Amino acid sequence: MNPVWIILFAPLISAAVITLLTRKAQMLSALISCAAIITGFVLTLQLYSAMGHGEAHSLAPAPLTWLVIGDLVKIEIGATIDHLSVLMLLVVTGVGSAIHIYSLGYMKGDPGFSRFFACLSLFTFSMLGIVLSNNFIQIFIFWELVGVSSYLLIGFWFEKHSAAEAGKKAFLTNRIGDFGMMLGILLLWTQTGTFCFAELPAKIAAIPAGTLSLIAALIFCGAVGKSAQFPLHVWLPDAMEGPTPVSALIHAATMVAAGVYMLCRVAFLILPSETALHLIAWIGGVTALMAATIAIAQNDIKRILAYSTLSQLGYMVMAVGLTGITPAMFHLTTHAFFKALLFLGAGSVIHALHHEQDIWKMGGLWKKTPVTFWTFLIGTLALAGVPPLSGFYSKDAILLLAFEHNKLLFVIGVLTALLTAYYMGREVFVVFFGKPRDHHAYDHAHESPAVMTLPLVFLCVLSVIAGWGDKIPHFISEHMAEHGEHPALLTAGLIAVPVIGFLVAASIYLRPNPSDEPVKKALGKLWTLVENKYYFDELYALIIKYVQGTIATLCELFDRFILQKVGIGGLAGTTSLAGKTLRYLQTGNIQSYAFLFGLGVTVIIYYVVVR
Amino acid sequence: MENFLTIAILLPLASAFLAFLLPAKKPGAIRALAIFATGVSLLLAICIFSQFDRQNAGYQFVKSVEWLPSLGVNLKFGVDGISMTLLLLVSIVSFCGALVSHEIHEREKEYYILFLALTTGISGTFCSMDMFFFYFFYELAVIPMYLLIGMYGSLPAGKHGRTKEYATMKLTLYLTAGAVLALIGLLTMYYAGGRTFDMVELKKNLALNGATQQWVFACLLFGFGFLASLFPFHTWSPLGYAAAPTAASMMHAGVLKKLGAYGIIRLALPLLPEGARHWVDLLAILCIFNVLYAGLSALTQKDWKFVIGYSSVSHMGYVMLGIATLNVVGVTGAVLLMFAHGVMAALTFSLIGFFYHQTHNRNVPDLSGLARKIPFIGVCMVMAAMASSGLPGFANFASEVMVFIGAWHEGSFVFRVATICAVWGIVVTATYLLWAVRTSFFGPFDEKWNMLHDATTLKQKFPYVFLIAVLMTVGFWPRLLTDIIKPSVEKHVVAAIDNRGRPVAAMGQTPRLASAATGETRP
Repeated sequence: MNPVWIILFAPLISAAVITLLTRKAQMLSALISCAAIITGFVLTLQLYSAMGHGEAHSLAPAPLTWLVIGDLVKIEIGATIDHLSVLMLLVVTGVGSAIHIYSLGYMKGDPGFSRFFACLSLFTFSMLGIVLSNNFIQIFIFWELVGVSSYLLIGFWFEKHSAAEAGKKAFLTNRIGDFGMMLGILLLWTQTGTFCFAELPAKIAAIPAGTLSLIAALIFCGAVGKSAQFPLHVWLPDAMEGPTPVSALIHAATMVAAGVYMLCRVAFLILPSETALHLIAWIGGVTALMAATIAIAQNDIKRILAYSTLSQLGYMVMAVGLTGITPAMFHLTTHAFFKALLFLGAGSVIHALHHEQDIWKMGGLWKKTPVTFWTFLIGTLALAGVPPLSGFYSKDAILLLAFEHNKLLFVIGVLTALLTAYYMGREVFVVFFGKPRDHHAYDHAHESPAVMTLPLVFLCVLSVIAGWGDKIPHFISEHMAEHGEHPALLTAGLIAVPVIGFLVAASIYLRPNPSDEPVKKALGKLWTLVENKYYFDELYALIIKYVQGTIATLCELFDRFILQKVGIGGLAGTTSLAGKTLRYLQTGNIQSYAFLFGLGVTVIIYYVVVR
Repeated sequence: MENFLTIAILLPLASAFLAFLLPAKKPGAIRALAIFATGVSLLLAICIFSQFDRQNAGYQFVKSVEWLPSLGVNLKFGVDGISMTLLLLVSIVSFCGALVSHEIHEREKEYYILFLALTTGISGTFCSMDMFFFYFFYELAVIPMYLLIGMYGSLPAGKHGRTKEYATMKLTLYLTAGAVLALIGLLTMYYAGGRTFDMVELKKNLALNGATQQWVFACLLFGFGFLASLFPFHTWSPLGYAAAPTAASMMHAGVLKKLGAYGIIRLALPLLPEGARHWVDLLAILCIFNVLYAGLSALTQKDWKFVIGYSSVSHMGYVMLGIATLNVVGVTGAVLLMFAHGVMAALTFSLIGFFYHQTHNRNVPDLSGLARKIPFIGVCMVMAAMASSGLPGFANFASEVMVFIGAWHEGSFVFRVATICAVWGIVVTATYLLWAVRTSFFGPFDEKWNMLHDATTLKQKFPYVFLIAVLMTVGFWPRLLTDIIKPSVEKHVVAAIDNRGRPVAAMGQTPRLASAATGETRP
């Protein structure tokens, strides 16, 4: 069997086996799930080395024909093997393996242990399907499947109100994005007659510019939903209701990056359209800055990271919009490493404190949980873009790109970078430094077991080295556009940005023991605004309540009172009217019967005789 | 082998007669008989399916018996790809319906007799190649349905004085009215087509001019539209399902409703192609109402069965939209969706029946956190909701995508708008279903439901697992059915329309041409 199919289907088989057979045997289920993804990782590494010898394209298996209707529609399930997909496969299986192993420790003792791993395997399968897709329908199929696995995992603790609600919200928000994506796919199909990525580039030129922009914008809708860009970003922070490994794998490293990956995959569609590029770049920029401002006022250790993810995804989308496919994928990769690391680190803290997530109840943890602390710190520095960690290289690639193309977006990017260093500094200082704020929790805090700390170390190493030597950008595009010489001043400035951010954060939060938010009073109303996430949730709730609610109620009332009354009433009315009319003929009066009888006879005689 | 089809259709009816002879005191024996009969029918249907010649687009397993030669009536059964698919659907749903009927505890004998007659009625309609028997079997299905709902149904006291009797009466009146309207059209075709009821003969002989085709088509479209709950003739449907006992809702939403769409595909489209061309735009507009209006109405419902009832009205909009496209992709999608929705509706209603039987309450806000107590049913319900909202991996997705592609391909403004609305419809579907699932199965557990029992034994789980397995098998491998549906659709439906109406549309062209003027008449 082709190794690519094994990579793809092993997790599906694992999910099926766990659901149907081994649900009762928890540890066995978990090991099956881990084995599936680690097998995938090993096979992907082989694929990667084969790629070095230039043999990879012959490794793509023959596609299966999923649906065929004459010549008109042919939908395949195939696999694209190129540098883009192999890099993404490495990220998904590599980070995924670390998180699977981490979950063995984190989820231990949960009654839904087997269910967790079954869902995780289902997710892996769907995500790999997206990565390998070679046509639009296939990517849409797996797009929906990651949506449902995300729904199941966010709502994993379904008895919690907030978790059940968050899962629903994530699924529905994504569905709105997918609505646009489906229309884009249909429109593209009418224009070109194919769904296949390999055949499309040749046919793009024939599409009128306006239509092409519309198609690109509609397809981008899918990415807006999945990568949680403004204005559909609201689901991602709520998704933190899921178990922490899920937040790390799905809502930081892989699934939310799928939107960016998809944009890179269909770059041939987006790059020719100026309008669409502008839209994409600005949506990305706005998301990056907006999310970073919200992050400074959050108190939940995971929510801060969630807004940070939004912000970083904004960077990637912005890079795509600035025609920088390579920087976007580069940042996607490094971000997957250090953000997964940060989430797992946060999970380790939460685990240590018995499910406490409020940073204002933590403090001074660095002595108690050293491995977690050091890896978390390195992850933070990588995220903030401190050299020589990986985040520095990938973020700078994007900022330099912005500097070349669009100065305003460059300013937004720099501001975001500054805020990133600030809020991450805040998180680290409040959680790990200072004196413990909740002594009971502090006293019981303990370092996590090796099964959890080893993945931390693994991801930490990757976060450090991933940027060195520009290996990843070279892998994505062998003929990377040569950058012009960047002024040394600019590079120095970009190094200074995170340092300033950290210093500001340190000056506020590294004081002896701030037990409450010191910035709150200084910012006043502005603080309330960002703390409440610019009231997007409230706004959407109002729209749903008043617009959709009103229309729905009107429909229902119309149905009940107009249609049902007219329909059934009309039917009954006609019948009774006919009955009443007929009743007049049946008077029971012998004279009128005789009269009618006579009249009838006369008419018949008239017809027979006279005519 | 040739007799398999006839046996598969008539066995349930024969068993119903046999059940007459059994004592009413032994409900177990009667129930076993019903399960046996529907089970054997299912096996036979699968057997026919496996022997089905996938290269042959025409009718297969044809069996004909002369009935009334003077009127041109024959009892003639046969299946092509379309009716094969639907025969499988009836067999699957009726078997599962019989299995979950254990909730019936009074007058079981009559119940199973009616249920078996209903089964034969529906499968007979799908497989009749003769219009007379098509109609006859349809009536055979409607009457038991009336009695099943009237005698065994239940409707929680409504705010608006809606009782079980009202619901039953309304449903039956609507279905009869629709049947009468369709009958007018059928009789016109009978007289114009050389006094034969045989569908194949009729197709050869029938030659109506454009204007006549238009009104005859209208009779069939709206007549069958009543059965398929086409807007605005749908109001019987949610109410009727809400009142019906579990197995009757399964059979009705799952299968009986598909008869309307089947009638249009089988009779109206191929025999009246110019009439079809005239009405499709209006049909597409009505479909928008079906999909969105019924979907939005479902959003406001509180009763599980009303939610699903409106949902099924909404989904029939997709089926009708697929039919309205008049192209191979759309109509094939419509047929596959009839199958997918049928199985899915049966699954949902059987699940509702499972917990309603214990809670005697299906008001969504009254239920909370049921998944703790009945996890198996919860998992199945999540899967049913996902299938219904068009998740890939279930048959519904493949068919809905085909309907979208087919409708978009039509290219006219009306169809573009209809497609956009239809795609939005899946967002609406997900909204109300996830709300219902989330409210009643997730969230904190309410202690008052502590007495609930989950399905634990294989016997209890089987019908649900089986229905899900069917949905997933077709979802993963839709060609299992599309490969037999497509040739038949092409031969029986689309070819007729393309020959008489317009040249076969090439890719990318705007394919719709005014064609009503080219009506040809034969002496």
